[in-house]
Amino acid sequence: MGQELVLVIIKMIVVFALALLVVAYLTYLERKVIGHMQLRLGPMRVGPHGLLQPIADGLKLFVKEDIVPHDASKWTFYFAPILTLVMSLVLLAVIPFSYNFMVTRLNIGVLYVLSLASVGTMGILLAGWASGSKYPILGGLRSAAQMFSYEIFLGFSIIGVLMISGSLDLVKIVEAQSKMWNIVYQPVAFVIYVIAALGELNRVPFDLPEAENELVAGFHTEYSGFKFAYFFLAEYANMIVVSCMAVILFLGGWKGPFLPGIIWFLIKMCAFFYFFIWVRGTFPRYRYDQFMRIGWKIMLPVVLANIVVTGVVMMLV
Amino acid sequence: MLEKGLLGKGSVEGQVSDDLMKKTLKTKELWVNMGPQHPSTHGVLRLVLALEGERIVDSEVVIGYLHRGMEKLAESLTYSQFLPYTDRLDYISSNAMNFGYVLAMEKLLGLEVPERAQYIRVMMAELTRISSHLVWLATHALDIGAMTVFLYCFRDREAILDLFEMVCGARLITSYFRIGGVANDLPEGFIEQAKDFCKIFPKKAKDYDDLILKNRMWLSRTVNVAKISGEDGLNLGLSGPSIRGSGVYWDIRKDEPYSGYDKLDWEIAVEPGCDVYARYLVRLKEMRESCKIVEQCLDILEKVEGPVMAKVPKVMKPPKGEVYASVEAPKGELGFYIVSDGSTKPYRVKIKAPSFANLISLPTMIKGHLVADVIAAIGSIDVVLGEVDR
Repeated sequence: MGQELVLVIIKMIVVFALALLVVAYLTYLERKVIGHMQLRLGPMRVGPHGLLQPIADGLKLFVKEDIVPHDASKWTFYFAPILTLVMSLVLLAVIPFSYNFMVTRLNIGVLYVLSLASVGTMGILLAGWASGSKYPILGGLRSAAQMFSYEIFLGFSIIGVLMISGSLDLVKIVEAQSKMWNIVYQPVAFVIYVIAALGELNRVPFDLPEAENELVAGFHTEYSGFKFAYFFLAEYANMIVVSCMAVILFLGGWKGPFLPGIIWFLIKMCAFFYFFIWVRGTFPRYRYDQFMRIGWKIMLPVVLANIVVTGVVMMLV
Repeated sequence: MLEKGLLGKGSVEGQVSDDLMKKTLKTKELWVNMGPQHPSTHGVLRLVLALEGERIVDSEVVIGYLHRGMEKLAESLTYSQFLPYTDRLDYISSNAMNFGYVLAMEKLLGLEVPERAQYIRVMMAELTRISSHLVWLATHALDIGAMTVFLYCFRDREAILDLFEMVCGARLITSYFRIGGVANDLPEGFIEQAKDFCKIFPKKAKDYDDLILKNRMWLSRTVNVAKISGEDGLNLGLSGPSIRGSGVYWDIRKDEPYSGYDKLDWEIAVEPGCDVYARYLVRLKEMRESCKIVEQCLDILEKVEGPVMAKVPKVMKPPKGEVYASVEAPKGELGFYIVSDGSTKPYRVKIKAPSFANLISLPTMIKGHLVADVIAAIGSIDVVLGEVDR
């Protein structure tokens, strides 16, 4: 019993420490990759090829003055970034990086991820509301609208996978893909999952809650210093979670020839992450009513049809 | 509802709103200050928006944050001393600003400009148009969220700035034109480098098209957004590419040709769409047409030799009188109205700045649209605040 507890604690520390480090370096990766896509070099000054840039950034944000706007409701203002970051980090607890490397195995893993991810969005909503300022509240409202629009088809896009694997357990879902990845059976669901994921992450082309060109910085306009860093880390931690989920649900998790499982998992995850950066380098931004229209009028019918088709095929085969 | 102006109304409402809110629970508009510090208002433009949700009920443009008193300054400077000030009007197309001023002055003095100088001017003005439109495309795309276009455009603008640097040493605020000609002849190797640019530019321009021209997201953000009819546009004084995007054939270079534009072969870019996308297409086409003009000028300049400066007296004392001359600047019709009292300094200089006139039509364009469309609309009329406030 004691041994198991120690093991769990060690796993937790490893996963979260790694996650935070990876998150910090994902920001570096994003800046580098998008820099090269845009004929720039990205960070170059701190350390060789700017390798220490994330640490310098973190340090800078850490020592910055802690500013709370006059009209803000103070406790909510502090609470919102913490909520967002905690909710995105705890999601990592159920992600199986390989068959036996995970903090905990939960038999309702998918439900856990979906429900806690929506709680994270509440943090954004709270941040916009608590700032007591106009642009953040517009950002917060957009975030609420967006949450309704994407979470529904995000959830539905996963149902097809669940029907095939017959389980909510993430490990079992991966095991069910031993012969063939789910992306082959569920290509439509995969595409919709990716689109919904971009919405979940508030990234281009759906970065409406923070749309810097319209709402200055959207919900985090009034946030500075480490409170801002919390949002920033949360966004990238969410990117990891969403990439991991895509790998688990559609791309066969840690399955792959020759290399150890965890390496396969990381390769697939990084490919996904690169895709997100690529999208950011390519597309303009949708207007938020347009995003909503896409969600309700296109994605939802398509994803429902996908479930029906999956059901019919499963009955026949 | 705009009786006292939005600003006055807003402050009154602010005082009584608390009492009102206690008595009745009613919805009211959200007043948002967009600018003067805002990432997408292109400088120090300030918009006061009345929002219902995100829909714009009413709006007012507040300007004056970059006012430097250019027109008043002119009255205490000699005619040639004022020339460098014109660069600071629309600082990203300084050659075009110089052009307007020197044309007005030459009309006032009755000067004949040597042919070579005229073609050098046209070429520089068209290169300026390309560079100005590149900055516009870059920022417009960035505002709508397409970040990569921004850096592509700045890459190509760099090549034009290098050409400017070759000619006069300055890259942005060039002050290369002079009353009666240009400061100096083209340096060795300039024509070759400029020709290379003209050859490469259409290929580079294709990069921007590949990224956004037929992009669904770009289309959904720009088509049928911020519409303004040609008639409304003319009534509000809209000019340049912005009015040509509403299907109005109006280009000073064609309608009142100056400096030999009538001898060159090019087309006016006009689109009937009236929306942001039409204005975008107009400017895209204009860049390519300008490139054609530059090529023709270069061919002519290879043949035409001669001085680049007319005989101009050291101390300019134009006769008493007044003059108006206008050019097609990248943003629209730029006019200089100069009144001379016969002394060495102008009695009055009035600048008809295109951005100022174009900005007036913004509230008409954005009414009933969403906040995100405001940004697209500001981008599509391409204002430079240095010119608006003067």
